[in-house]
Amino acid sequence: MNKINKYLVLPIITSSTLFTTVQANTITWSDTSDIYSMDPHGQAISPTLAFLHHIYEPLVRYNKELEIEPSLATDWEVVRPDLWRFTLREGVTYHNGNSFDADDVVASLKRAIHPDSPLRGNLPAVSDVRKVNSHTVEIELNGSYPLLLNDLTNVYILDKDWMTEHGALDPVDPTKGDRSYSTTNTNGTGPFVLESRRPDAETILTINEDWWDDAQHNLTRIEFTPISSDATRVSALLSGQIDMMLSVPLQDVSRLESSQGYQVHEIAGLRTIMLALNQSADRLGQNGLDSNPLQDLRVRKALYQAIDMDLIRDRLMRGKSRNTALPVAPAVPGYDASLDERFPHDPDAAQQLLTEAGYPDGFTVGLDCPNDRYVRDEEICQAIAAMWARVGVNARVNARNSSNHWQEALNGGSDIWMFGWATLPMLDSFSILSQVISSPNNNYGAWNPGNYQNDEVNSLIEKIAVAQDEEERLAMIARAFELSKADIPLIPLHQQPLIWATKDNINVPQTPDNKVRLWYATVE
Amino acid sequence: MNSETQRLNSGWHRFIDSDLLYSFRRSPVTIVASVVVFTLILAALLAPWIAPHDPFDVSTLSLLNSELPPAWVEGGDATFLLGTDGQGRDVLSAMLYGARISILVGLSSVAFAMVLGVCLGLLAAYVGGAVDATIMRIADIMISFPPILVALLINGVARGILPPEMQHDAVIFVLILAIGLTTWVQYARTVRGSTMVEKNREYVLAARVIGLRSRTIMAKHILPNVIGPILVVATVNLAIAILIEAALSFLGVGMPPTEPSLGTLIRIGNEFLFSGVWWVVIFPSIVLVLLVLSVNLLGDWLRDALNPKLR
Amino acid sequence: MLAVAFIAFSMFSFVGDPVTNMLPQDATLEQRTALQERLGLNESLPVQFGKFVTNAVQGNFGISYRNQRLVSDLIAERFPATMELVFAAVVMSLVIGIPMGVYTALKRDSWLSHLLQALSLTGISVPTFVTGILLILVFSVWLNWLPSFGRGEVVELGWWSTGLLTVSGIKAMIMPVITLSLFQITLIMRLVRAEMLEVLKTDYIRFARARGLTNRVVNFSHALRNTLMPVITITGLQIGALIAFAIITETVFQWPGMGLLFMQAVSFVDIPVMSAYLVMVSLIFVVINTIVDMLYFVVDPRLRVDTGQNKAGA
Repeated sequence: MNKINKYLVLPIITSSTLFTTVQANTITWSDTSDIYSMDPHGQAISPTLAFLHHIYEPLVRYNKELEIEPSLATDWEVVRPDLWRFTLREGVTYHNGNSFDADDVVASLKRAIHPDSPLRGNLPAVSDVRKVNSHTVEIELNGSYPLLLNDLTNVYILDKDWMTEHGALDPVDPTKGDRSYSTTNTNGTGPFVLESRRPDAETILTINEDWWDDAQHNLTRIEFTPISSDATRVSALLSGQIDMMLSVPLQDVSRLESSQGYQVHEIAGLRTIMLALNQSADRLGQNGLDSNPLQDLRVRKALYQAIDMDLIRDRLMRGKSRNTALPVAPAVPGYDASLDERFPHDPDAAQQLLTEAGYPDGFTVGLDCPNDRYVRDEEICQAIAAMWARVGVNARVNARNSSNHWQEALNGGSDIWMFGWATLPMLDSFSILSQVISSPNNNYGAWNPGNYQNDEVNSLIEKIAVAQDEEERLAMIARAFELSKADIPLIPLHQQPLIWATKDNINVPQTPDNKVRLWYATVE
Repeated sequence: MNSETQRLNSGWHRFIDSDLLYSFRRSPVTIVASVVVFTLILAALLAPWIAPHDPFDVSTLSLLNSELPPAWVEGGDATFLLGTDGQGRDVLSAMLYGARISILVGLSSVAFAMVLGVCLGLLAAYVGGAVDATIMRIADIMISFPPILVALLINGVARGILPPEMQHDAVIFVLILAIGLTTWVQYARTVRGSTMVEKNREYVLAARVIGLRSRTIMAKHILPNVIGPILVVATVNLAIAILIEAALSFLGVGMPPTEPSLGTLIRIGNEFLFSGVWWVVIFPSIVLVLLVLSVNLLGDWLRDALNPKLR
Repeated sequence: MLAVAFIAFSMFSFVGDPVTNMLPQDATLEQRTALQERLGLNESLPVQFGKFVTNAVQGNFGISYRNQRLVSDLIAERFPATMELVFAAVVMSLVIGIPMGVYTALKRDSWLSHLLQALSLTGISVPTFVTGILLILVFSVWLNWLPSFGRGEVVELGWWSTGLLTVSGIKAMIMPVITLSLFQITLIMRLVRAEMLEVLKTDYIRFARARGLTNRVVNFSHALRNTLMPVITITGLQIGALIAFAIITETVFQWPGMGLLFMQAVSFVDIPVMSAYLVMVSLIFVVINTIVDMLYFVVDPRLRVDTGQNKAGA
């Protein structure tokens, strides 16, 4: 009898495990680099924050249309321009079973704005956080500030008791030598739970059965594997080892599209690629002239008009980039379609402008580019150098890895240099106005080593920073873009495409911020 | 004058009669290999005259001509015999100029490393003691740095020292120096290993007994006997030098893509491996393989022919 | 070692600026300077170096800028992966290279030995990154036999993680090891062939033959033994080169070893990780060189003439 029972039970178990494996919906996906840390306040890198959003949650979040919606906070009101009150969601529990309340929010935000916190820069306006009652908190700002909600989408909430228990109440400080528990362990409120992690190899998440929100996904497991080599990543997808990849190289799109069982997802990204023109130096590093031709507006305009962006889009970018006249993408608040018209490509006009400016035979100039940062960065620079050569400007292309590139460019050592700006994490035009367009001071202009200066634009930026009325604010942003566009402090090129590829049976929303949100993903 | 001619003549005759030429004529593989090597070197030297386009003149490049297939394939253009790359550059011309740079970097760095390595290796083994210890410790330090890093360092220092307008032209010397400095250790250690054995042999002891100077003993007696392994290393190293150069351009510190070497061309073309633009990577690869293979075959033959013990 | 550390360290002032990588793009100038100060980057090189050495001597390499974990932990985690890869490549190059070398030396003129030589040369004429991608294309994408990335399933044995005990681990290892050892195989083969040819012409081999020993005994116990010394030298040296070349192999195959860690550190300008990697690699070197020097005495009896062991050994 016993024996028979054994034989009867066994097949039932196997068939039920079989059944669950059929139901198991795993997504294995890959991008170029690994998640840096499991601590949501440990760094401010977009892809890492995007991944940790599966485990931890902020007070407010973006949905798949990139609109801000309630998350751990259900409601908020502006008490005074410098004081906001948030009502917190009830009945939310952490992965370890602890319940979520105001103490956690206070501890987490204070941790994020701690002077040692790498995330400090993501909450520039917050000066203090107070608990009102168990599910209400007040956030005090150091002045009027319209972008608090944008900032809060990137600051995740941790359990205070858990942090206290493991000595992780203070943020990780890379300059001090202690191990932090939160760098390798997690305890969030999010839709997925960390199961295991081997850095640079794989990070595995399973589902959080007790998630407070209605799950729109049907996943049971997420496996993330970074693969830095483009060709290897494409191979991994084509050989079926992964289900989804980000950063598909442009030249491999047609190959993936023509392969059975795969689909390619494309969208114009937020990141605008531009050339910055150094107007500060009295002479340029690379031309032996005693003057700096880039200080002359006519020269800047000539360089602009000599570039044929349509040709670059059609050939180098395989028709997938979006040429732009503004330094922000359409999805960024503050974008104004009426301003988005490039000065036309016109080599003759460019030649004419150069002659008027006193450089009929052109001049020599350095063109510095990263070679590991943007889509076809180095190739774009080479193509631009060829176009400039036709109007007599001899550009010396100097392509390097981005760390070297930034070091030299941000210290003012480059003549003309390429950079990209996605306005992340803020996701607002103010990001680029304050750090690229504004002339350098303590708070602003960190990315304006070329020292572009327009006092009217500067004062507009000061006003935008504190504007409360959204319509008025957007109008001022448009005006600032209009004024600075006429000055040509930089040459906007295009928004680069975001290309993902998945197997046919996977549905996942793609947003211009290039963040994966697998709580919207389904597997068929 | 008469005696002069006679001397020259006898020199020539000696060469004609030598074992070297004899063994050369006996080996068809070697003849083919040397023909290939000399054709490539000649083509590379004459690149400015025989290349149909000047790939360094950016004003002639047009994206309109980008990614054209070779002339005989549908869609190809007769002016670009082997097709064009992503920038509209003629692949054939780029290869000729690229081979020129690769050969120059390869030969110069190998010569530099060999001279340095052999001298230090001989010195270390023969003198021994503190000199040996010092040289070999320096060698340990040098070799523990991947060439890539040394190149980064030298590159960085060069950037700091040189005025900006010279930096562009200095890249090639930086490469030669960097590759040479990271590969000399192999020669030094190989020479030292062999010399340590040779120096206890009877013939060296005999030479010492009859009062020959150390320098003479090293140069005339020991060196010829340790040259075999050195040639093996040198021939293989010519290939390594060219490949290291490719790897460095992979990291953005090699020859810039505006003045590509063969390695740079392959690195750029490698990105197109999946997308059907095969000519960008296949042709430079074939040239590189031919070059490396022929150099190695020549090296093999030279080693066998020069080695007194194998006659 | 100190020199290595110093050269490594002074080099980093040229690799770039870590601050740009550590802050969001719209960070203010103030934040940038503050971070530079906290990292001690605004201090002079000797001061920075002094601090580094003081800490390193105590086994403290600091905290990674990128991962915010102890650098020693990171290195310890990656060390087994790289060492397994490198030693598998060494074993493979010896196991394949020595027999091929012996064969091509003994049968100098057979078509097979010409073919072997030509093939091995062609194999190394192609840059490593191309070889790796071609292997992936054939064995992963077309044939779907082998995984294109990673280590497969690993087993933890104390602090050592190994991929040698699982099928997927061994499968994952095949292509990276081939890529890495291709060059070594050729080198060892050519070396053995060259040495063997020389030794076979020497008098004592002729004497051995004259004594009526079989070819087998002569070839393998006399001739081969004498070719081993340069092989040991080169192999020892090449272990270091392999660790360096593993950087590219690991990048192509996403092999979670020290080389990959180093490459990522370079692109992030993660100075503590870069310093520790270099110190680690040079340490491995010193150890290997010492072992090689000692092996000389074991293998070559001529070097221990005065020890007296010689007679017992011979």
